[in-house]
Amino acid sequence: MSALLELRDVEARYGPVQALRGISLEVPEGAIVAVLGANGAGKTTTLRAVSGMVRRTGEIILDGKPLTGGPEAVARAGVAHVPEGRGTFTELSVAENLRLGAYTRRARSLQADIDRMGVWFPWLTERAEQRAGTLSGGEQQMLALARALMSRPRLLMLDEPSLGLAPMIVREIFRIVRELNEQEGLAVLVVEQDAKLALETASSAYVLEVGKVAVSGSSATLRDDEAVRRSYLGY
Amino acid sequence: MANFFQQVVSGLASGGIYASLALAIVLIHRATGVINFAQGEMAMFSTYILWTLTTNHGWAYAPALVATLIISFGGGVGIHQLVIRPNEKGSVLRVVIVTIGLLLAFNGLATMIWSGEVRSVESPFGSGTIDIGGVVISVQDLGTIAVVLATVVVMWALFQFTKVGLAMRAAAVNPVEARLVGVRVSSMLSLGWGLAAMLGAIAGSLAAPTVFLDPNMMQAILIYAFAAAVLGGIDSPIGAVVGGLIVGVGLNLLGAYVDFVGASLRLPAALAVILVVLLIKPSGLFGKSEVKKV
Repeated sequence: MSALLELRDVEARYGPVQALRGISLEVPEGAIVAVLGANGAGKTTTLRAVSGMVRRTGEIILDGKPLTGGPEAVARAGVAHVPEGRGTFTELSVAENLRLGAYTRRARSLQADIDRMGVWFPWLTERAEQRAGTLSGGEQQMLALARALMSRPRLLMLDEPSLGLAPMIVREIFRIVRELNEQEGLAVLVVEQDAKLALETASSAYVLEVGKVAVSGSSATLRDDEAVRRSYLGY
Repeated sequence: MANFFQQVVSGLASGGIYASLALAIVLIHRATGVINFAQGEMAMFSTYILWTLTTNHGWAYAPALVATLIISFGGGVGIHQLVIRPNEKGSVLRVVIVTIGLLLAFNGLATMIWSGEVRSVESPFGSGTIDIGGVVISVQDLGTIAVVLATVVVMWALFQFTKVGLAMRAAAVNPVEARLVGVRVSSMLSLGWGLAAMLGAIAGSLAAPTVFLDPNMMQAILIYAFAAAVLGGIDSPIGAVVGGLIVGVGLNLLGAYVDFVGASLRLPAALAVILVVLLIKPSGLFGKSEVKKV
């Protein structure tokens, strides 16, 4: 399998603070890859670097082409980024959120895609006119996911989808991500605090520590390595 | 009673003008959090362009108006890109100060080009009146109300039913997220400035026949528009329209029936509206209390 997304020696800083100190990672075509690590290790910044939300150096390559420019350009290149803390437009309706998800596409009609989202998230159809801000946290996270899928992305990036949600809802979200990956070959790069859950879902993972990749490997290897589990994953 | 209705209708007409300008202010405030103090002077400048085209170049009113709207739109986009955008990275205050600079610049420029002379402008609707059961209504007032209603409907449809309208709303409520779905936020803001300038041009053209044309013609109207926008809720387009109509009718009735207000205390009354609303209900009539989740 060739790499869909490749980061080579990516650095990023917020003012004087260097958040990424040379990260290299790969997301193969059709794979789920997890980025793990403690708070402040640079997980979120890694996704933000890919999206062009922070100034970065080094190479970021999607499908053989360098990803440059701001978030608009990266979205147009086929990367759907669901940021930390529910990526929804709370003041707009559910239907409007979905339409915005497909903003980069020139499709005449989005009905087929909206129907498809209705299969994954049956409640979306009934509540199309509801304001997104009035949904529960779990529903907003699912709407954010549906919104991202509306763009028919080459790569889906999820930032801490479990944040602040009940375990049952988190499992439901990860189940849907896994099924999307299995059935549609969707490539996913997921940042997650819950290392156990992430390793169950992803095929490989990178563990970050203060802006660098500390360990990486297949999920099975990382899971079985007691030393790695103790020192980096904390379970 | 006939007098009362006459006052209401002419109040609705001036209220419609305040509403158009208030809508322009709300449009920009929603998108950027900035009050554009130059909105009135930009409208005045547009009105001068219309006047020049019709009076000096002999254009018919309709094509001159269309040309003015297009020029105003382009001007609004240009002002955003050249003057506002370079300052957007700074504080809101910085942009506000820039808009005050624009106010002075447009006022000075208009005086330089067209002189400060007060000129009368003919109404495109003529000077006729209609008598409906003893209530005498000027055609100019009716025309003004009709144009404002049409403008509001067009704006509403633009924001509600078009892709670009949705993108503009998204860019206004959540710019970071909007960029992540591929919306070019900066272009949307330029578009907003263009639309606001067009709304101002409409307000100015409608006002000119009654307030006359001079470089200071929009200054009082801007205060009424602020009162309208604040009353309706500074981020609510519907609020701007309803607020404009309330301010227009309210001030007209106040001026007609409360002796000591007359014509001279209308401006202070508008300022009192702003003050009272900000003290009692800062979000205005239609302002939403934000849904915030941490």
